[in-house]
Amino acid sequence: MFDLDPVLLARIQFAFTVSFHILFPSFTIGLSMWLLVLETMWLRTGKAIYLETAKHWSKIFAVSFGMGVVSGIVMSYEFGTNWSVLSHAGGNIIGPLLSYEVLTAFFLEAGFLGIMLFGWNHVPKGVHLTATAAVAFGTLISAFWILSANSWMQTPAGYEVKDGVLHAADWGELIFNPSFPYRFAHMVTAAYLTTAFCVGGIGAWYLLHNRNVPHGKVMLGMALSLFVWLAPTQLLLGDMHGLNTLEHQPAKVAALEAHWETGRNVPLILFAIPDAEEEKNNFEVAIPGLGSLILTHEWDGEVKGLKEWAPEDRPNPMIPFFAFRIMVGCGLIMIALGLVGAVLWLRGKLFTTRWYLRAMVICWPIGFVAVLAGWFVTEVGRQPWVVYNILRTADAISPVPGGSILTTIIIFVVVYGFIFGAGLYYMAKLVRRGPEATPPEPDEDEVDLSRRPLAASGNP
Amino acid sequence: MSEYLPTILPLVWAAILVLGVFIYVLLDGFDLGIGILFPFAPNHDCRDKMMNSVAPYWDGNETWLVLGGGGLLAAFPMAYAIFLPALYLPVILMLAGLILRGVAFEFRYKADTSRWMWDAAFAGGSTLAALIQGAAVGAFIQGFDVKDGAYAGGAFDWLTPFVLVTAVALAAGYVLLACGWLIMKSDGELRDWAYKVGGYAIFAVAAFIVVFSIWTPLAHEDIAARWFHPGNLVMLSPVPVLTALAVVGVWYALKQRWTYLPFLLSILIFMLCYTGLAVSLFPFIIPPEVTIWDAAAAPESQLFMLYGAIPLVPIIVGYTIYSYYSMWHVKDHSAYH
Repeated sequence: MFDLDPVLLARIQFAFTVSFHILFPSFTIGLSMWLLVLETMWLRTGKAIYLETAKHWSKIFAVSFGMGVVSGIVMSYEFGTNWSVLSHAGGNIIGPLLSYEVLTAFFLEAGFLGIMLFGWNHVPKGVHLTATAAVAFGTLISAFWILSANSWMQTPAGYEVKDGVLHAADWGELIFNPSFPYRFAHMVTAAYLTTAFCVGGIGAWYLLHNRNVPHGKVMLGMALSLFVWLAPTQLLLGDMHGLNTLEHQPAKVAALEAHWETGRNVPLILFAIPDAEEEKNNFEVAIPGLGSLILTHEWDGEVKGLKEWAPEDRPNPMIPFFAFRIMVGCGLIMIALGLVGAVLWLRGKLFTTRWYLRAMVICWPIGFVAVLAGWFVTEVGRQPWVVYNILRTADAISPVPGGSILTTIIIFVVVYGFIFGAGLYYMAKLVRRGPEATPPEPDEDEVDLSRRPLAASGNP
Repeated sequence: MSEYLPTILPLVWAAILVLGVFIYVLLDGFDLGIGILFPFAPNHDCRDKMMNSVAPYWDGNETWLVLGGGGLLAAFPMAYAIFLPALYLPVILMLAGLILRGVAFEFRYKADTSRWMWDAAFAGGSTLAALIQGAAVGAFIQGFDVKDGAYAGGAFDWLTPFVLVTAVALAAGYVLLACGWLIMKSDGELRDWAYKVGGYAIFAVAAFIVVFSIWTPLAHEDIAARWFHPGNLVMLSPVPVLTALAVVGVWYALKQRWTYLPFLLSILIFMLCYTGLAVSLFPFIIPPEVTIWDAAAAPESQLFMLYGAIPLVPIIVGYTIYSYYSMWHVKDHSAYH
C-alpha cells in the first residue's frame, strides 16, 4: 500500500471544487450587471432589441446561476471537511464573514431572482428593474464578503491570537485588510471581462453565421465598448495588486517571477522551467533589468529572491510562474482584441471583418482561463501558509485519512464532470437557438415557478 | 462588553441554529421525501405532478442548509471542526446527492431520450441525502471521539447499527411529510396514493419512535438519567404524551381523508421528536463532552453576527412564508415543461 498524502489530496480536492465553483460566479457577476444595463437601455430607448437580448441572456444566466448555487453549497461545508484546524482556529474571523455573505447576498439573490427571471410581464417595469438590480448587486455583495475572507487569509489584519485561536480585534481593519481593495477590484474587473468575452464571442458567432445579426451586433458592440477600456484598466489594477503583494507577500512575487536570488536590476524572465530542488531555472529566456522596473517601478529596485526564505517557508514556483504568464498573456490578448476592435469599429468594419470575428469566437472562454490562472497564482503562491505567516496549510488539515479524501476526489470529479457536461450542452443549445424576436407571453403558472433559477431557461 | 455575554450569546446562537436546522428539516424534508417516493409512484403522470409540486421551492429550501453550515462555522467553529471531519465521507456523499437531485429538477424537462437518467438522479440523490441526514442525527446522538478539541476517531466510527436505523427512520419521516404535502397539493390518483402510502409511513414512523425511545436511554445512561429523574419526569412527560397523540392524529386524519391535518400533525411529530432530542442532548453540541459554551466562537464574533442576523433572519423567514403563500393555490405546474 502506498502512502496517500492527506495534505496534498485535500488541496487537490479543494482546488478542484473551488475552481469549478468560481467559473459560475465569474460569469454571473458580470452577466447580471450587463442584464441590468440592457434593461435600463430598453426602458430608456424603448428599443425591443435590448429587451430581446436581455431575455435571451437571462436564460443562459439562469443555468449558470443554478450551477453556481449547487457548487456553492459544497464550499460552505468543505472548510470543515478538509480544513478543520483552520475552521477551529480561524472560525471567529472567517465564520462571520462567510455568514454575512449568506445573510446579505443569498437573501437578495434568492428573493429577487424569481421576479428577474419570470416576472417580465407580471410586475411593473420599475419593480422588474429593481429585481434585476438587486440580483446584480447581490452578486457584488457576495464577492465582497468572499474576497474579504480570502484577502484576510492572505494579508491578515485586525486580529489577535489568544490560546492558539484567532480573535477579531478590529472588524474594520479585518474586513478591509491590506490586500482586499486590490483583490476585490481585480476580481470584479476579471468577472466583467469574462462576461464581456463570452457575450462578444457569441455575438461574433452570430455575425459569422449570419444569424440574429442585429442582436449579434448589440452583443459584440457592447462587449467591445466595455473591454476596450476595461482590459487596459485591469492591467493597471493587476500592477497595483502586484505592488501590494510585493509589500505583503514578497515570496509569492519571487515565485511568480521565478527569481531565486535577491538583487537589484533583476531581469524579467519570459520563460523558464523552475527547479525547486536545485534552486535554479532551466531554459531561461529573460530581458535584463526589466523585472525590477515592472515590480518596483525603478530600474534598480531591489527584488527579493526565493532563497531569502528557507525551503519550507516558500512556495514552489512552478505553478505560480506558469499560471502568472498564462493570466498576463490572456490579459494582453484581451487588450489587443480591444485595440484592434476599436480601430475596426472606427473604420466601420467591425461587424464584417471575418478574421476578427473568428478571433473573438475563439477567445470566448479567455476570461475563464485568466480567472483560473490568476487564482492559481495567488493560492499556490501563498503556500505554505493558509493564513499568511500564522497557520500553515499542512497544520490546518482535518484529521481525515488519505483514502477518504481520494475517494471523495473521485466522487467530485465524476459528479461535476457529469453536471458540467449537461449544463454546458444545455447552454450551447440556448446559444444556438438564439434570441426570440417575439417572446411568447408566459402564462400564470410560469410566474409561480419563480423560485427556480434554471427553470427560466426551459420554457419552449 | 457585558460579563454575561459569554454565557448568553452561545444560547442565542444555539437557538438560532436549532431553529434554522428545524426549518431546513421540514422544508427539505418533504421535498426529499418526494424524491424517495418518486420511483414508486403509480405512473409517469404522477411523477411529473410530484416533481412539479416541489419545483418552485427546492432552491429556497436548500438555502437553509447553507445557513446551517455557515452559521455553525461562525457561531460554533469547534463543533463545525469536529462534526465535519468525523462525518467526512457521509457529508460529501450527501452533498453529491443534493447536487444530483438539484440539477435533475432543471435538466429533466430539457431531456428527451435521457429523461430516465435525471429521474434516477432525482430519486437516487434524494434518497441518499435523506438517509445520510438520518445517519448524521444518529451519529450525533451516539457522540464523537474528541481529544484536545479535535476529532480523534476513524473514518467509519459513525457506522453503527444504531445509525443505520436512524438513517431509515428519518427517511420514513421525510416520506410521511411528503405524503402530507402531496395530499394538500394534488388530486385524483396521486392523492389517493398519497393517503395509502401515508398510512404505511405513519406506522413506520410510530414504530421507529418507540424503538428509539427505548434504545436511546438504554444505550446512554446520562440521557436516561435526565428523562427519568423524578423532577424532570413530570415536566417532560408532555413530550411523549403529545407525540403519541400526534401519531394517532395523523393516522385518524389519513383515515378520514382530511386535507391539511396529515401534514400539520406530521410537522408536530417532527417538532416533538426534535424537542425530545434537544432535551436529551442539551447543552452538548458534540456529545458526550463538548458543550455549546466550549465550542462557541468568541463573544465579539457572535455579537458581530448577531447585529446582522437580528434584522436579516426575520426578513428571510418572512420572504419564505410569502413565497409559499403566494404560490399556494397554483396546483397545476404543467405549463412548466
